[in-house]
Amino acid sequence: MAKRFNIRMAGVGGQGVVTGSHILSTAVINAGGESTIVPFYGSEKRMAPVESYVRVSDEPIYEIGEITFPHIIIIFHPQVITHGKSYTMPFYFGLKEDGIALINNDGPMKLHKDQARELEERRAKLYYIPATKISLEVSGMDLATNMALMGCIGAITGLTNMEALEQAVKDRFLGKGFVVSGGTAALDSVVERKFKKKQELIEKNVAVMRAAWNYAVDKGWAAKDVQRAEAPAAAAAV
Amino acid sequence: MSETEVKTNPQGDPITSVAAPPSAAKKDPHAEAKRQKVVTPEYMFLEAPRTKEFITGSEAAKEAVRRSNVDLAIAYPITPQSETMQLVGVLYGEGYVKEYYRGEEEVGVMAAIAGGSRSGVRCYTATAGPGTLRGLEGIASWPGHRLPVVAMFTCRVVNAPLAIQPDNIEVSYLLNCGMIVFHAENQQDMFDFTMAGFTISEKNDVTLPVGVCCDGFFVTHARGYVRMQDRGIKLPPREAWRGAVPVLDAENPPARLSRDAPVQKSNFMAYNIHAVWQQEVWAAVERSRKYINKYMGGLLTAENVEGAEAIIIASGSAAAQSREAVRLCKEKGLNVGLIKVRSLRPFPTQELRQLCGKAKLIVVPEFNYVGWLAKEVATAIYGFSKAKIIGGPRVYGGQSMPVELIVDEVESGLTGKKSTNVAMSQIMGGAVNPDDVAHFMRSI
Repeated sequence: MAKRFNIRMAGVGGQGVVTGSHILSTAVINAGGESTIVPFYGSEKRMAPVESYVRVSDEPIYEIGEITFPHIIIIFHPQVITHGKSYTMPFYFGLKEDGIALINNDGPMKLHKDQARELEERRAKLYYIPATKISLEVSGMDLATNMALMGCIGAITGLTNMEALEQAVKDRFLGKGFVVSGGTAALDSVVERKFKKKQELIEKNVAVMRAAWNYAVDKGWAAKDVQRAEAPAAAAAV
Repeated sequence: MSETEVKTNPQGDPITSVAAPPSAAKKDPHAEAKRQKVVTPEYMFLEAPRTKEFITGSEAAKEAVRRSNVDLAIAYPITPQSETMQLVGVLYGEGYVKEYYRGEEEVGVMAAIAGGSRSGVRCYTATAGPGTLRGLEGIASWPGHRLPVVAMFTCRVVNAPLAIQPDNIEVSYLLNCGMIVFHAENQQDMFDFTMAGFTISEKNDVTLPVGVCCDGFFVTHARGYVRMQDRGIKLPPREAWRGAVPVLDAENPPARLSRDAPVQKSNFMAYNIHAVWQQEVWAAVERSRKYINKYMGGLLTAENVEGAEAIIIASGSAAAQSREAVRLCKEKGLNVGLIKVRSLRPFPTQELRQLCGKAKLIVVPEFNYVGWLAKEVATAIYGFSKAKIIGGPRVYGGQSMPVELIVDEVESGLTGKKSTNVAMSQIMGGAVNPDDVAHFMRSI
């Protein structure tokens, strides 16, 4: 049976939802799997709703378009839930039974009682990860929140590995890039100025990913056979 | 001009830039195109080695045009469209297409394409959604004028409330024109159907336009793997003398362009001529079957149909969604087959009668409101199959069809569980009660 996850990511403009989904998709392909992405957003501005649909599998994917019934949803920003900043309302609409909701928040959120009941009825697994906090602690800024979530989901699906994720980050920021739009390109240059050089940007991003990967493993969320990823010893010297 | 005179641009600003030094060896932008070698269609489609690339549907159409020896392409790039005609413009710059221009709107484009084809050259254009309907007056007259053309229709919403997303209801308008109509599932189909379209449309016993449809955006703007022949080879040029009607001679119009010029006064002979002419157009559509079989490998593809509990019949993007539905059904222990209809005109009537003879359940998912494919299927197999036909699920206005909806219909069709997504009026045949059938007949 094919290992297959349809992932719906919801966040707000500027968080790198589309960039994150592209990196996950590339990382799954780098690890020998199959993946497609469908970004979905309106006007490009900070804090406006953004969704991205990622399909990952170990077999060919023929399906096209938006994902209505996801196995996994990733909530990049608590405001997706609290302010309804999403194209999909409520945020778990269509989540399959026994599905996973990976939510970026420092600890469990207090959900409306109807929402909590509906999530319970479909036996949803609610995984809260302090992705922004991990990003701040590891890289010194919050802009790697998407990297934390991608590292975490990489471990949960078990369809990629840290080497493939690291390669995907390099593909994204070194030449073979995938730039969605002018807005994304402008944000790229802001991100780049915050670091002395691109190499540092990549290392910090990968470090955030690795921390979140290990967070998932430590929490017992990771797929069977997925191990903690230790930082390569040589990297510290660079 | 004296030496002291300052050069200005048309707005009067001084030109201060320094002209680029003339390059020593001026590179011929058409050099690569000039080196292209003509090969037979048989070699091109059946033998030539191919390499795989990851490209968009628009790029796939462009690559097909590159290898198709196209003489004339006319663009009208309205929104919603695809990048296809823009990319064909690049081919013109590179010398792969001999003539290219932008029309003023679709009525003009389709009329000009008719003129181009009638004068004996190989023509290509692409449009979408509202553009298709605007151009439809011209398009509907192409088959009667026996004009070989390949036109791409990247379907978009045409009904209100307006949207620019994919919805293939416009295909239903094209089905009645007398042209050949293919429906592409993915980028590979866009490439293959376009190239085969040129070859088939120009066969003497066909001499008809070919429409290559796809569900826009899903196919045109997304990337997929496409296996392509080397770009150094191309199809033979159009040989217009092989056509069913002579090319245009402005002094002596050879094809009967107007029924009773100039007064349009009708009599029995005029009606008779019109009938014979249209019969011949549709007979030509029938005669294209052998070429579709030869160059495209059939009007449909069938997978896992023998012994299946249910068969999904789909075309275009619905076929892509159905492949996943078949996989999900397998995981649930349901043995489901898939028939993908590639050619809508001619329609694979005989093939479906043979494949569906023993079927108990047929599900026809579609990306439009009216369910034109379900009606085609029901008409084709009527009397040859006792299958219950579920004409759905359907999505409209550009929604992606959730694969789960198709699985639901298969499950409910097999278990008798009431379907929540498909109206009773869309369910035909099988062990349904007469009231339901009557309801269906009223609603069809």
